[in-house]
Amino acid sequence: MPEVDLARDSVRSLNAALHALPAETNETHWRVLNPRGQHAIAAGLDWPVFVEIDGHVGYYCAGMNKLANVTVHGNAGQGVAENMMSGHVRVKGDASQAAGATGRGGLLVIEGNASARCGISMKGVDIVVQGSVGHLSAFMGQAGNLVVLGDAGEALGDSIYEARLYVRGAVKSLGADCIEKELSDRHKQDLRRLLDAAGVGGAVDVDEFRRYGSARKLYHFHIDNVGAY
Amino acid sequence: MCGIAGLFLKDQSLEGDLGGLMAGMLSALGDRGPDSTGFAVYGTESPGSVKLTLRGPQNFDFRPLVEMLSEAVGEPTLAHRRHDSHVVVSIPATREPAARDALRALQQDISIVGSGRRMELFKEIGRPEQVTQRFGLAKMRGTHAIGHTRMATESAVTTDGAHPFTTGADQCLVHNGSLSNHNAVRRDLVRQGLTFRTDNDSEVAAGFITSQLTRGRSLEQAMEASLDALDGFYTFVIGTEFGLGVLRDPIACKPAVMAETRQWVAFGTEYRALVDLPGIALAKVWEPEPARTYRWERH
Repeated sequence: MPEVDLARDSVRSLNAALHALPAETNETHWRVLNPRGQHAIAAGLDWPVFVEIDGHVGYYCAGMNKLANVTVHGNAGQGVAENMMSGHVRVKGDASQAAGATGRGGLLVIEGNASARCGISMKGVDIVVQGSVGHLSAFMGQAGNLVVLGDAGEALGDSIYEARLYVRGAVKSLGADCIEKELSDRHKQDLRRLLDAAGVGGAVDVDEFRRYGSARKLYHFHIDNVGAY
Repeated sequence: MCGIAGLFLKDQSLEGDLGGLMAGMLSALGDRGPDSTGFAVYGTESPGSVKLTLRGPQNFDFRPLVEMLSEAVGEPTLAHRRHDSHVVVSIPATREPAARDALRALQQDISIVGSGRRMELFKEIGRPEQVTQRFGLAKMRGTHAIGHTRMATESAVTTDGAHPFTTGADQCLVHNGSLSNHNAVRRDLVRQGLTFRTDNDSEVAAGFITSQLTRGRSLEQAMEASLDALDGFYTFVIGTEFGLGVLRDPIACKPAVMAETRQWVAFGTEYRALVDLPGIALAKVWEPEPARTYRWERH
């Protein structure tokens, strides 16, 4: 298993080595030591490789991830897995602001808490947070699912489009045009699938969740507003 | 951008390492603020004395100045320590007004950058690893310290524009962000009798805290009042004689990380600033919540 010690090697050389992996590589499991809060670790991966990072990472870890499986054994700074396309990113600790921002696909699991703006402008990514999320989470969320096993902060789902939000705990307040919606059997199945994929399925009862989504009054043109244009 | 750092020691045995730890924290934040660097260290007090930190031009000979001050306050040569372009002079507290009068009357480019029973304050243009070395931060000891690496946005790159800003004895503040109503708040504070050295928004935040503390409010109450009075983006670390306060605006645009062990509490704009603190691997690490006051004080 290739091991890269970031106390010795640069993040740039680590990322270059990961980007240069050939299709037939046998080096599919990497370990990264001493991340020491550095930024952009394992960003831009586009191959099914497994990367484990031992410690806390800085900004944009696993950003733009495609196919790769990245696990952070620690906390993550801002924008972890931002704009991820596919694959699997897991943070064993807490994540800072804008976790999974603009993500288009794949699964992001935060085992601790995520702070403000988790899933901001999400476009298809699935995010499972085992703790709580901060304010303005899923702001302008367009597609994908945000599952929160703890609580959500102020203005959840503000100006939301078609992302689906499932929260087990308390929601401090809903943002503009975000409303509670029925949790149908179809949604429960979906939630079960997401929880199983995140590895927390068995212990969690899907009936304890409430679903939130768009009232669709903000982003659809309404004839009463014609004078405003 | 900008980087800010704060370190409050709970364990006395680390007091000799305070400066070295703060120097490392600031160096890690150099990429966030290469324009200027400043820090305040809360060290030992001499009963009955006040420390004035004075700044002069580069390569200035401070000896005649110290002699002049000694004469003005009616003392034999005052205890003083030179740190590059700054000098810290200890003055009997009752004679502080006489020393300030003498400095005002002086036709030289000398400014008082900080005063207090325990606070010493240093700031200059330049990257943190250079500025902290010039001042000898690594050798300074104390109970707590705050520091700042500046990327100037709304006012010029000058030494006066560098943080920390101090507007009262033993009080100072470092700021990451920008305030949008600082002119209005400054006018109010000027009417109350405060004076400001710069047009900088962060100095207004420091002045606001000072005006609250002067009215007998606690640090926590002063920070709560800031949430109502100050508009804009901010993460503040505030130093007082007794400890540190941390406050983020309700939207919390500016990053912040805290860590705590049994020996210390630390604040960094980024986790990178904290990685060399002793015992960090086992520290509790968390992000301070928006619009919530945090403080650590010793009495």
